[in-house]
Amino acid sequence: MGRALRHALAIAGKDLRMELRTRTSLLSAAVFAALVLMVFNFARDPTAVATVDLAPSILWVTVTFASVVAMNRAFTVERENGAFDGLLLAPVSRESLYLGKYLANLAFVLIVEAITLPLFVLFFNLDLGGALPGLLLTLLLATIGFVAVGTVFSAMVAKTRFAELMLPILLLPFMVPPLIFAVKTTVPLFAGRPLSDVLPGLRFLALYDVAFVTLSVLLFSAVVDE
Amino acid sequence: MPPADAPLVEARGLARRYGPVHALRGVDLDLHPGEVLLLLGPNGAGKSTLLRSLAGLLRPQAGSVMIAGRRLSGDDPDARRPIGLLSHQSLLYDELTLLENLVLAGRLYDLPDPRGRAETVLARQALLERKDDRPRQLSRGMQQRAAIARALMHDPILLLLDEPFTGLDAVAGDRLRALLGELRTAERAMVIVTHHASEAWDLATRVGVLVGGRWGFLGPRPADLAAFHLTYQEVARG
Repeated sequence: MGRALRHALAIAGKDLRMELRTRTSLLSAAVFAALVLMVFNFARDPTAVATVDLAPSILWVTVTFASVVAMNRAFTVERENGAFDGLLLAPVSRESLYLGKYLANLAFVLIVEAITLPLFVLFFNLDLGGALPGLLLTLLLATIGFVAVGTVFSAMVAKTRFAELMLPILLLPFMVPPLIFAVKTTVPLFAGRPLSDVLPGLRFLALYDVAFVTLSVLLFSAVVDE
Repeated sequence: MPPADAPLVEARGLARRYGPVHALRGVDLDLHPGEVLLLLGPNGAGKSTLLRSLAGLLRPQAGSVMIAGRRLSGDDPDARRPIGLLSHQSLLYDELTLLENLVLAGRLYDLPDPRGRAETVLARQALLERKDDRPRQLSRGMQQRAAIARALMHDPILLLLDEPFTGLDAVAGDRLRALLGELRTAERAMVIVTHHASEAWDLATRVGVLVGGRWGFLGPRPADLAAFHLTYQEVARG
């Protein structure tokens, strides 16, 4: 295993261990997702709009905000006892540091999505059936991109006084393009259309991932080095 | 490979501003192995800014820092390897045990046996029995020893100490002074930032006083602390 990957895995492993010990952000994000789904479930009128038309938007709104909750903690934990200085001081490349934080965030958000999806199916009484592989692929592609951007922004806002407030304000505009395509991809999938019909949307999400993962890696050093 | 008599630290023309405030104004510093610099100055003189610049944690807006012949920059992570930092914060994660904190540091420094090394440095700080405790479960003095253990994990040849005596009682302060005395070797250089010269006077080989981001005084440690105190007052007044 390469040195850079070894460092990244050590940092990601540290974050996962700390989170599994406290469960602060995972629990907050999961409870948040459950509450949002419950509110939408009771607020909607099934006779006005068909569930399959409304459900994709509700799913993505829930996933988006629950992910922001999960990512908020990524760098705030580094502030305690000046621990982030310890990471910056170590002979670890900024790229490895970014990759480690990114992998941990990706794992957190995927766990939150894994909790949200069954709740979503339960509340909206949906039969995903053949839509499931396409939906999982869409979730994965959208998550890879916005977690990349979220990791940079959570590093940027960690030093500010209102980090929890600043992260959604900065991150949400960057999440709009993948969210539009994620919703546009999910609608036909829920309507029972084949995966081949949503390939343009998936291609856009993959392109967004490549562009923003690359940009985030390049920008991270400028963000963390004072 | 730098020559044998080359300085361990070579800082040239370091400058840093925070808005309108000049924290450092073209500071030069050479530090050779075996030297211990006592860094003094009034509040806002630029001591912590200089220390963080020497650690590579702060990018100066002008000037450069070479450590053991390598220029400090974000692009060369190995240039930071010789540096150990003891801050007034412990750099330890409260959600990890002492052992986990040190093993993590060992992995980041590519040590061959991080766990073995962690146990060795914890034992040296009389903390081996507390290895499974979290930092917040320790007293202030123990936390400081844990921070020292973390700083020494990779056996750094440049030790940067930012107000290491802050918050310690007299006994813990004496213990820290004794430890720093043991760490003062011919291969290692140290920079100790403090507000009270008496705290580390006997350890120092050189004394520097920063005033308004410039050296007000930089030279060998004078023999008499009381006499130096008058010099300091004069220099600090500008």
